[in-house]
Amino acid sequence: MVKLGGVAVHGYGGYIPRYRIKAEEIGRVWGQDKSGSPVVEKAVAGIDEDAATMAVEAARMALRRAMIDPKKISAIYVGSESKPYAVKPTGTIVAEAIGASPTKLAADLEFACKAGSEAIAIIAGLIRSGQIEYGLAIGADTAQGRPGDALEYTAASGAAAFILGRLDDRAIAEIEAWSAYATDTPDFWRRPSDKYPMHAARFTGEPAYFRHILGAVQSLLEDDGYALNEIDYFVFHQPNVKFPLVVAKYLKVDQEKLSPGLIANLVGNTYSACSLLGLVNVLDQAQPGQRILLASYGSGAGSDAFLIRILDGIFERRDLAPRLAELIEDKIYIDYSMYLKFREEIIMR
Amino acid sequence: MRIPGYWRNTQFFYRLAGWKCVHCGAFHHYKPVVCKRCGSREFAQAELPSSGKLITYTIVRSPPRGFELFAPYAIGLIELEDGTRILSQLTDFKENELKDEIKVEAVFRRVRINGDQGIIEYGYKFRPALRRS
Repeated sequence: MVKLGGVAVHGYGGYIPRYRIKAEEIGRVWGQDKSGSPVVEKAVAGIDEDAATMAVEAARMALRRAMIDPKKISAIYVGSESKPYAVKPTGTIVAEAIGASPTKLAADLEFACKAGSEAIAIIAGLIRSGQIEYGLAIGADTAQGRPGDALEYTAASGAAAFILGRLDDRAIAEIEAWSAYATDTPDFWRRPSDKYPMHAARFTGEPAYFRHILGAVQSLLEDDGYALNEIDYFVFHQPNVKFPLVVAKYLKVDQEKLSPGLIANLVGNTYSACSLLGLVNVLDQAQPGQRILLASYGSGAGSDAFLIRILDGIFERRDLAPRLAELIEDKIYIDYSMYLKFREEIIMR
Repeated sequence: MRIPGYWRNTQFFYRLAGWKCVHCGAFHHYKPVVCKRCGSREFAQAELPSSGKLITYTIVRSPPRGFELFAPYAIGLIELEDGTRILSQLTDFKENELKDEIKVEAVFRRVRINGDQGIIEYGYKFRPALRRS
């Protein structure tokens, strides 16, 4: 566990594309009845969207809330496993699009679904060491799922962005503490030339997701002496609806502390943006003085846990950009044919 | 588009940033030698508003090379909040939403993909505003 006192969230933004496909519609094509699926529908990037465009949209919302000169942002880290270029940073595209160019540091991070939270940890370190004034951490993905695979019902698209800086009286929230837990656990992977990831089915549960999330969370709570009743919201990585519910049950966390940060049932698993979008949804409704525990998870495997305390600045900033609920509700349903076109599965040659 | 030409215009393509004549206010998406309207040689950096209203549009069903993936797509004439009129691709719309004077806002999108090995050209498009009232 690392005390991160002095580092604050100054702006945040969540982006979800407008298109949705229902699990039932995917199941219709593959002969599976998904009418009772907990993930009712998932967000699908439009034909002209990718991880870079969604990162820009989330970053623009974060910038509107931060109310700072974008030129003060000196580091941009984008976590993604669907970056549009194998070689060329997404961060420099984001920098130019939000008016932060030239920036000092920009790199793409990969750690499956936790690369975005890893970006937060790196930016926080740069701020604490005094090397930068503000930094931008982003998680963005147009998640891949092989047609017909179980992942296809949940792999979704979205982005979340956070502008971090030193703690001051205008800040939205303080990042009080951080803990991480990582081991070599091959539960989900994608080789360089492959389009779709592979996964080890049920092995992704006990030795992977649960072990690492609980490792990071318990370290955060036990090492720092926080009690569960001091925490008002819990946000866990949500590759499905069941896994975060099981973690909450194990920790004896009340459902009402979990529900505001659990949106996978409506948008699916947005990979690097997944737990961060849950955090965005909580920031949209939390009150000053309340605490949030965020725990990401990335296959391979690792988890970052953060303890975040809401500050008075939330009142002034929250409504400077659309709340996530507005993007979740603003949707256009597509059928499986359009889904294939948007995912560029139709060969045009 | 050749890479230098795209790169020189990214500030305009990405965030509608360009140069405004300090004498007559005419907007140029590049830094000109003289103002196209009044002949002045003095300019200041400026960004166009990112929202406005849709004046009219057409649907392109037979796209030029490089845009096949996006067809059918819409091109709209948009009047920005400062009165500037701009042509832009429209995106993320249901066709019945494209009514006269609907509020639209700029978004950042892929505009052209140069095959499997070339660069991805990004830029602005407009979509029906999330908050339309």
